[in-house]
Amino acid sequence: MSQPMNQPSPPGDESPTVATAPAGPPPPPTRRTTELWLLAFSAALLSIANILVDANQEAALTSQILYNGAAFLALFAAAHFAVRKWAPYADPLILPFAALLNGLGLVMIHRIDLAMASRLEINPEDAQAAFYGGPLVGRQIMWMVIGVAFFILTLWRIKDHRPLAKYGYTCGLVGLVALALPGIIPFSSIAPTVNGAKIWLRFPGGFSIQPGEFAKILLMIFFASFLVSKRELFTAAGRTFLRMNWPRARDMAPLFVAWGASVGVLVFERDLGTSLLFFGMVLVMLYIATERAAWVVLGLTLFVGGCLVAYQLFGHVRQRIANWMDPFATYDEAGGGYQIVQSLFSLGSGGIFGSGLGSGRPDIVPEPHTDFITVGMGEEMGFVGLSAVLILYLLLVMRGLRSALAVRDSFGKLLAGGLAFTLGLQVFIVVGGVTKLIPSTGITAPFLSYGGSSLLANYILIALLLRISDAARRPAAPPKPKPKQAPIAEAHTEMVARPT
Amino acid sequence: MNTPLRRVSLFVMLLVVALMANLTYIQVIKADEYRTDPRNSVRKSLEEYSRKRGDILAGDQVIASAVETGGRLRFQRTYSAGPVYAPITGFFSDRYGSRGIEAVENDVLNGSDDRLFVRRLSDLITGRDPEGGKIRLTVDPHVQQVAYDQLADRGFTGSIVALDPKTGAILAMANTPSYDPSPLADHDNNVQAEAWAEYTEREDGPMRNRAIQEIQPPGSTFKLITAAAALENGWRSDTGVSPDPVVTLPNTSTDLPNFNRNPCGDGQSATLKDAVAESCNVPFAEISGELGADTMRETARSFGFDEEIFIPIRVAASGMGELGDVAQLYQAGIGQRDVRVTPMQNAMMAATIANGGTRMSPYLVDSILGPDLSTLDSTSPDELNQAISPETAATLTDMMIASEEYTGGGGDVLPNVTVASKTGTAQWGTDPGANPPHAWYVAFAPAEDPQVAVAVLVESGGDRSLGATGGKVAAPLGREVMRAALGGG
Repeated sequence: MSQPMNQPSPPGDESPTVATAPAGPPPPPTRRTTELWLLAFSAALLSIANILVDANQEAALTSQILYNGAAFLALFAAAHFAVRKWAPYADPLILPFAALLNGLGLVMIHRIDLAMASRLEINPEDAQAAFYGGPLVGRQIMWMVIGVAFFILTLWRIKDHRPLAKYGYTCGLVGLVALALPGIIPFSSIAPTVNGAKIWLRFPGGFSIQPGEFAKILLMIFFASFLVSKRELFTAAGRTFLRMNWPRARDMAPLFVAWGASVGVLVFERDLGTSLLFFGMVLVMLYIATERAAWVVLGLTLFVGGCLVAYQLFGHVRQRIANWMDPFATYDEAGGGYQIVQSLFSLGSGGIFGSGLGSGRPDIVPEPHTDFITVGMGEEMGFVGLSAVLILYLLLVMRGLRSALAVRDSFGKLLAGGLAFTLGLQVFIVVGGVTKLIPSTGITAPFLSYGGSSLLANYILIALLLRISDAARRPAAPPKPKPKQAPIAEAHTEMVARPT
Repeated sequence: MNTPLRRVSLFVMLLVVALMANLTYIQVIKADEYRTDPRNSVRKSLEEYSRKRGDILAGDQVIASAVETGGRLRFQRTYSAGPVYAPITGFFSDRYGSRGIEAVENDVLNGSDDRLFVRRLSDLITGRDPEGGKIRLTVDPHVQQVAYDQLADRGFTGSIVALDPKTGAILAMANTPSYDPSPLADHDNNVQAEAWAEYTEREDGPMRNRAIQEIQPPGSTFKLITAAAALENGWRSDTGVSPDPVVTLPNTSTDLPNFNRNPCGDGQSATLKDAVAESCNVPFAEISGELGADTMRETARSFGFDEEIFIPIRVAASGMGELGDVAQLYQAGIGQRDVRVTPMQNAMMAATIANGGTRMSPYLVDSILGPDLSTLDSTSPDELNQAISPETAATLTDMMIASEEYTGGGGDVLPNVTVASKTGTAQWGTDPGANPPHAWYVAFAPAEDPQVAVAVLVESGGDRSLGATGGKVAAPLGREVMRAALGGG
């Protein structure tokens, strides 16, 4: 898919360095055309998926499908041109992967919409279908459009990721407050408990957000900036124990703070997934910053300790663990293994090749459009299809981590590493949870699940990743001619500030 | 920071590998278990309605087939002669499960059986709509229809089973009253529910599979087993037996009389053959008492008592009940007390005698066919055991011919055919004097080269109430069925 070197650059590709450095090596290809082709390919793929769903669900096959495909392509063409303009050297795969995942999510939500509508038609008292409140695909498309707008806005307003480091503490504070807000606010009209978790903020006009999704990004910016500025401290001081170099107790404070915040989320918001996600995120960023395995060991010890305490103290945690160990045993209990068993039935019925899009019954599984959306894909596209989706995620994460490797500044490395890893960890937590690999936690599948906050936050996340990858691949500005320096022997002694 | 970043990449890859390994476990290894879990029935019915379920055939006649509906559930299961074949086909309902051949041969009919693997593979590659395999029954449609009509036209409650004595192939298996399985397979849940309610709540139990799943006292038809036990233990056809019209059960004051208190033979002397032909109670009660519980039970077992067989539908085990004292043994010897048999067991008994004492396993499935009618597998006759010696079988046959003659025979129905038979009139319930007896007829024909063996059970006296006997009520039906099987109209 890579664009040949000799292909003429499309307009808008000219980097400012070309004109000023006639003697230097040719600039690297921007590979923006690859991105556009991949987006077109995604649009075609999604149109086929749309046709399959409508055909198998016996909805009328109309030219609407073509418009859907064209609208999808137009939307992402806008995103593509924003990238072309403001981040021309950005990674060409990240945007198409995100777009494809988002589109697959739309197809699945549309598919669940149809199933729920026909269930209501057969039985107007069908509780699950009535509660579903569909069709939801229109609202999800609206969120997708807003998400892409935020994506473009992020690329436009943030021309360089490095100055973000200056706002580290501000981001940290805002992020922490955003994370804590639903748990602290006692009024259920503003901060309701939905499905046992208290992670929503509800605004007048029936519009609600999950501030945790945004807090995730803000806190990552904070951690990246904090760790980069204090990095020396973490790596230098300490002593060796068990062949590992341990940090000093007082330097461990941020880890304890993160741990405290995670446990807080677990206790006050009853959101195991977010708790696990935050803790993993902090741990990995610490590890990347310090290159010390000791942090991981310490962190995991704290985590296991926290889990044991939570298991002892909270009934809902014990219930989740019991449902995980043997969902069939707690099948009939309230809050028992019904959900996870239905998920296993759905996946098992799909088998290797799946029932075909629109031919299964993913709507039987509770929450088929949010946490369990990957299960529906597993049923209808089979092991093969769901594995392809997982690989798509993996590639997305790998492109992010590659950008982290390639970017030159520490802050960028740490932020890109954190953003990419968090995306991967989130996928593991949600897919692992619904497939009984780990206890089920209740967290959205990035880009797939129905939900505005998650979609918006993830579009901002990949905009930041694209920004960093652009910095990584952008050819360095030609070195300025060095001012003539006096030989060291002739130089004056200069006063420099003592490092703090 | 690049080393930890690389390690983190590796870690994320490991996470995804773990997810995929787990998915392999769920979607490949455990898939069948999850797919077939009874709690996953909604999905199962969708899957089964969307694939063309295979036909069930009797000879070349299609008796159960999947008809295209054009709806979301693409196929509707329909039964062309529902009530006639209901005890065999059973039904296929997404709400109430399935029964009969629909249940036991489900894997073949829905196409998931291993023998259809190659076919499935080629469906996958060629994109052809997958289709289930077909089941060809051993049932002869003509015999089956006659068997059902004989019972239904007279309004009897009962059952008829016809076997090919040489192979064990089931030629007919009919019950009345019966039910139509089609509404139970209807896509409209309300239609299913109404049919189910009617069939299960009706007093006369149309869904009870009388032929194979209900056991009834065999009455005098059991005397064939007592006679077989005697012949295997030193008695001969001309061995003298008691001619007395009545005997008092040992250690009781209860009398056990012959039918109508008739004497046996000429009243002065009687032979074992006379006892079978005239169906005298006293001699068989005494023979049973003399042979003892162990011998009696052993002989009954060699004919298939105390044994569940699968044809491949499960057949309830017949049994002799408790044989504590000699009085019980006396009554058991004439097929009363706690002796209970299925019509299938009685048909198998007749077939065993017809087949020179070799008991063949009864079976319903002749062959398994692919969707294109190619034969994938066929049942070969299975010998169960040598129940009695060929000599004993020959002697019994001779006695049964005499019995048929004594009953009046069916010369008009079966001209020039020698029939060997035994009738039974079984009392039941706590007050036998008030309950019309069950009428039995077991027979095979032609006696010299048996082609068909039948057992007929008409419950509660049929149309003759308290005056019913096996010879009057059940025998005419059996003769008509044998005539159909032997090629007559």
